[in-house]
Amino acid sequence: MILQTIWFFLWGLLWAIFFMTDGFDFGVGTLYPVLGKSEEDKRAMINSIGPFWDGNEVWLITAGGVTFAAFPKVYAVMFSSLYTPLLLILFALILRGVAFEFRGQIENQGWKRIWDLCIFIGSFVPALLFGVAFANIFRGIPFDGQGIYHGNILMLLNPYGVLGGLLFLLLFMLHGANWLAMKTEGDLHERVTALAQKIWLVLVPVAVIFLVASAFATRLYDNYIKNPAFVLVIAISVISLLIVKFFLARREYFKAWCSSALTIVSCTFFGIIGLFPVLFPSLIDSKYHLTAFNDSSSPMTLTIMLGVVVIFIPVVIGYQMWTYKLFQGRLSKEEMEY
Amino acid sequence: MDPVFLSRLQFAVATMFHFLFVPLTLGLSIIIAWMETQYARTGDKVYLQMTKFWGKLFLINFAVGVVTGITLEFQFGTNWSRYSEYVGDVFGSLLAIEASVAFFLESTFIGIWIFGWKKLSAKAHAGVMWLVAIAGNFSAVWILTANGFMQHPVGYTIRNGRAEMSNFFEVLFNKFGLLEIAHVLPSACLLAAFFVMGISAWHLLKKQHIDFFHRSFKIALVFGLVASLLTGFTGDLHGTHVAEVQPAKLAAMEAHWETKSSAPIIMFAIPDEDSGKNLIEIGSIPGLLSFLGFHDFNATVRGINDFPADERPPVLITFAAFRIMVGLGTLFIILMVYGWFRREKLMESPLFLKIMLFSIPLPYIAIEMGWVVAEVGRQPWIVYGLMKTSEAVSPIAGYQVMISLIAFIVIYGLLGGVGYYLIAKNAVKGPLPVKIHVKN
Repeated sequence: MILQTIWFFLWGLLWAIFFMTDGFDFGVGTLYPVLGKSEEDKRAMINSIGPFWDGNEVWLITAGGVTFAAFPKVYAVMFSSLYTPLLLILFALILRGVAFEFRGQIENQGWKRIWDLCIFIGSFVPALLFGVAFANIFRGIPFDGQGIYHGNILMLLNPYGVLGGLLFLLLFMLHGANWLAMKTEGDLHERVTALAQKIWLVLVPVAVIFLVASAFATRLYDNYIKNPAFVLVIAISVISLLIVKFFLARREYFKAWCSSALTIVSCTFFGIIGLFPVLFPSLIDSKYHLTAFNDSSSPMTLTIMLGVVVIFIPVVIGYQMWTYKLFQGRLSKEEMEY
Repeated sequence: MDPVFLSRLQFAVATMFHFLFVPLTLGLSIIIAWMETQYARTGDKVYLQMTKFWGKLFLINFAVGVVTGITLEFQFGTNWSRYSEYVGDVFGSLLAIEASVAFFLESTFIGIWIFGWKKLSAKAHAGVMWLVAIAGNFSAVWILTANGFMQHPVGYTIRNGRAEMSNFFEVLFNKFGLLEIAHVLPSACLLAAFFVMGISAWHLLKKQHIDFFHRSFKIALVFGLVASLLTGFTGDLHGTHVAEVQPAKLAAMEAHWETKSSAPIIMFAIPDEDSGKNLIEIGSIPGLLSFLGFHDFNATVRGINDFPADERPPVLITFAAFRIMVGLGTLFIILMVYGWFRREKLMESPLFLKIMLFSIPLPYIAIEMGWVVAEVGRQPWIVYGLMKTSEAVSPIAGYQVMISLIAFIVIYGLLGGVGYYLIAKNAVKGPLPVKIHVKN
């Protein structure tokens, strides 16, 4: 029981770290067509995330891999029932990944425009679809006892799903804008800070509506009613979001970015805690729910994997933080070339 | 529209395309790390130039390889959910370990290598490339261990209606997986060496940047010679093990239909699966198959007809792929040994240079054929002896897979086209002048 509970929250933590890290580069990519007026702007935006995006994306692979290892049936049913949205995310990520490398290879406007578009699509689509997918998971997915999915992609676009997509998109845009505010200077910097404030203004009502809608569309609050102490997590997500505005006004962008990171992590945990112990709820009948207790791997595999994760995830966080430190501060002129 | 067949096709497209890029990443990262180390040690600018020139080609190739890798992890869940459910306890953990101990390291440090030229000392920067090279190859070790489990499952027990891990060390030190590692990693080095030699040969034939490419060629030649011999040696060991644990695959590799002692090797044949025999056989060497498989000229080798009809792999594909792989492998050893004796007289050996130029695609073909032997030869099993491929597919509609398969072919086709165009463009351009970087 304890092992499975630990794994349930580790599973949530890995998704949260993925959203926090890749989230800001998805945000930068989404803002790319809006803010990238000149070639220098674009170069600055790409180079601000250049050393990080690839390492950030591995959190997705790890979150997926850990789902596979610790909860094989969840992995199987989740990935096969979300077949189309996951493949759309995959294609988007593929185009984005090569775009960063290919774009600078040929000095030609048309060529660059193709890859500019891929950077945008490759950031916008995953940001939106991860939100849609997770909101639908909170709500429940129509699959039966055999793990067979009875729905289609349009059913994922229900109002609550769309709201979740919008929430993720805006969160990542704000997170990306905070990052850019920290990394850039001059005209681009002025425009990005102004935009961050506007995104914040839209995000706050969307977040409030999402919290309210969750009471109607999901059973997430059941756990909070049972254990009111967990309301603290919701409080953290609300307060950290409000603080972003405060730090933006004071031009303390690193702190603003840390606050939006905290918002993303606590928002993810809002859902994870609400789901517990269900990982993948069925909309058809609660007896089909896939839970941490019924559908985990064997105690041996869970123990081995716990050892691996406890040793290596801190190591990974250590060298990734070293990378962030190595490339900290505003982009210098020299870093603009690559 | 049969989801099993379409999912197999999609997996084949995704895997074979991914594996066009991975071996070069694995091998070339080591060669570049070696070059950059020479620069850090000696300060010789040509080594820096080499690092930058081959590094540029490396990065284009790396980009396509890394993005197409995500597909593979996703596909087990999207298309093979029954398989994932059944063996996830063992197989899933290997993939998760791969991501946390190896792939993270590779992906984080490649970013540092690209953007960190002015942030790090020459030695530290070379060290970063070594980390990328080691992490990439270590990543492959985990993936091959996972594949080893599919080929020859060990260290598990059937409990709760699925395969659960019973001995982690047996899974890790599965002989089949170890042999795959010992065979695939040198073959990746071989491919990278041929890539470097082929491009060098092009410039040497044009008599440009002679010092640069002569030295590059010789570095790659050392790698290529060692790798070609190792690949051949471990391939032989691997074959013996296949004979022991996957007799049906061995029979298909050799188009060996009837069980008999002193089984022959047939050099060329046209196997016919309907009639259960070869339509044409040319050049039969008696007893050789018995000897190669079991180190005994009189050993009995089981024939395909001895296996139940629903447990036979496709013979023609397995047989042909195996012949192409072994034929090319032999050619590589001959070329490398010849090259070794001509290494100081490359400029006087235009024919050899021309052969090396046109040989660039050959290791790609050989390595893909190797996977065809391993994977098609394992059919109809997804996990040998444990689960059939037909039972492993997700409960998804055929049309879904059809659409995604078409999308894969279109997107991958474009990526491959653009990727190789850019590699060729930069390869032809030749090395650019470099200035020595100083750490800020």
